[in-house]
Amino acid sequence: MEIKPASAGTLESGDILVRIAPATTDGLSIDLESSVAAQFGGQIRHLITETLEGLGVEKADVTAVDKGALDCTIRARVTAAAVRATGKDVWRD
Amino acid sequence: MMRNTKLTTLEEAIRKSGLRDGMTISFHHHFRGGDKVVNMVVDKLAEMGFKGLHLAASSLSDVHAPLIEHIKAGVITKISTSGLRGELANEISRGLMEEPVVFRSHGGRGSAIASGELAIDVAFLGASSCDELGNACGYSRSENAKSICGSLGYALPDAQYAQHVIVITDDLVPYPNVPMSIPASLVESVVVVDSVGDSSKISAGAIRDSKNPRDILLAKSAAKVVINSGYFEDGFSIQTGTGGASLAVVKYIREEMLARGIKASFALGGITAHMVKLHEEGLIGRLIDVQSFDKVAAESIKNDPFHQEVSAIDYASGEHKGSAVHALDMVILSALEVDTDFNVNVLVGSDGIIRGAIGGHQDTAADSALSIIVCPLLRGRIPCVVPKVTTLITPGASVDVVVTEYGIAVNPARPEIAERLKAAGLKIVDIHELAAKATSIIGTPDPLPFGEKIVGVVMNRDGSVLDYIRNIEG
Repeated sequence: MEIKPASAGTLESGDILVRIAPATTDGLSIDLESSVAAQFGGQIRHLITETLEGLGVEKADVTAVDKGALDCTIRARVTAAAVRATGKDVWRD
Repeated sequence: MMRNTKLTTLEEAIRKSGLRDGMTISFHHHFRGGDKVVNMVVDKLAEMGFKGLHLAASSLSDVHAPLIEHIKAGVITKISTSGLRGELANEISRGLMEEPVVFRSHGGRGSAIASGELAIDVAFLGASSCDELGNACGYSRSENAKSICGSLGYALPDAQYAQHVIVITDDLVPYPNVPMSIPASLVESVVVVDSVGDSSKISAGAIRDSKNPRDILLAKSAAKVVINSGYFEDGFSIQTGTGGASLAVVKYIREEMLARGIKASFALGGITAHMVKLHEEGLIGRLIDVQSFDKVAAESIKNDPFHQEVSAIDYASGEHKGSAVHALDMVILSALEVDTDFNVNVLVGSDGIIRGAIGGHQDTAADSALSIIVCPLLRGRIPCVVPKVTTLITPGASVDVVVTEYGIAVNPARPEIAERLKAAGLKIVDIHELAAKATSIIGTPDPLPFGEKIVGVVMNRDGSVLDYIRNIEG
């Protein structure tokens, strides 16, 4: 699947900014910066991976800056970024 | 005619005080985020070559980040305070100091100073006006008033019990500066400087006037608890904390006071413009003020004889039977975390970093007839109702009601309160359900990467140790 650079989300408290770019390594590379990294870093990484794989994105560089977003927000932002990056609109297509 | 003066320079005042390495110096925090005295004095002490000092402040905040360098240089080797915020708190949480910081409540600090457990050698007390003999106030009646902070309540135990007292002012007024807060007889030296504080910042930091819809919902629920608690009757007394929601509660209580024709005998604690307004409307008889939380309160304490300044001891000491908390009916407080045993943490963030202050939390929760904690279930992804608090500040035995947007939990030790609130149609839930609800939304947090070094000791107001704070790694 072809990936173009794309992003979704903001740096507001309770949100997450997700950037997706073409892969420079094999597979998914996730660079996560989070205000709750110590307690939730593992969960957030897992959720990002799971969401992208569910959308068929298996190779990409992901940079995420999290400001304490809940799972529903993270899923929505990752999905939106993936839709923009792949041009495949999961809501419409 | 004046035949005497205590006017001198800061350096000379320090020399005259007899301060030596290893001694204890003290400060108040009435200028909050605008304080200039602590940094000014410690800079001077460093320049004069002092080492190993114990800094005993009533509280410290973001503005005191320059202390980090003085700690690294060995000028300050021990700190006692009610709270820490900002970069200083961050560094201390990561293990900056060899000796742990000692945290006390405001009442606990007052008691410890009175008993000699916290013995102060030299107090450096910022004042908004002072005459050359040392009569000092947190406001000024002169035309040159520069910095006003209102009540000097947290400075009064220091003034009374310190071996040596230096008043630092930016408004030297003609003798006699009466009515005064600190009488000249307690003061050894008076130092005039350009500025002791930025009054525009006294309401910065902890205090927010919220427009957040969730805060407003919480405030409305908390007001319903107050109104239906059984304590809301003519002559009641109340204190509110500084969180956005607990401030907004006052507005809703006011409406009900007017509707029912009920008046309060007094409001206690940190006094805000909200409380001053109710007092001026005749809804609150007296204001008992240990700390003025904004300019309106600071002006009111100057102009209104029924707005009384009190020391931290008269406010909240557990060891003095006359302290005002013993007469307090209800207190509304905020929290960083509450656990399923109703224990509260207001000092250490859920990331393990110190970011708050004990303040009067322990004191008012313990001695009021009804203590009400108001906090959201979650702040972003951070849970506020948890299985176990990160750090124990106020024991659950003194916490009666917890108000969240997902329901109100009542301590099982107070079944009569739960009955009254249920009868009024409020949603009462088990606190375990609240904690479970939080977990269902955010998942179970991984344990914090605490290290082995003790960076803080949390004292209970009676002088016993409640908890230890360990350094955070990573």
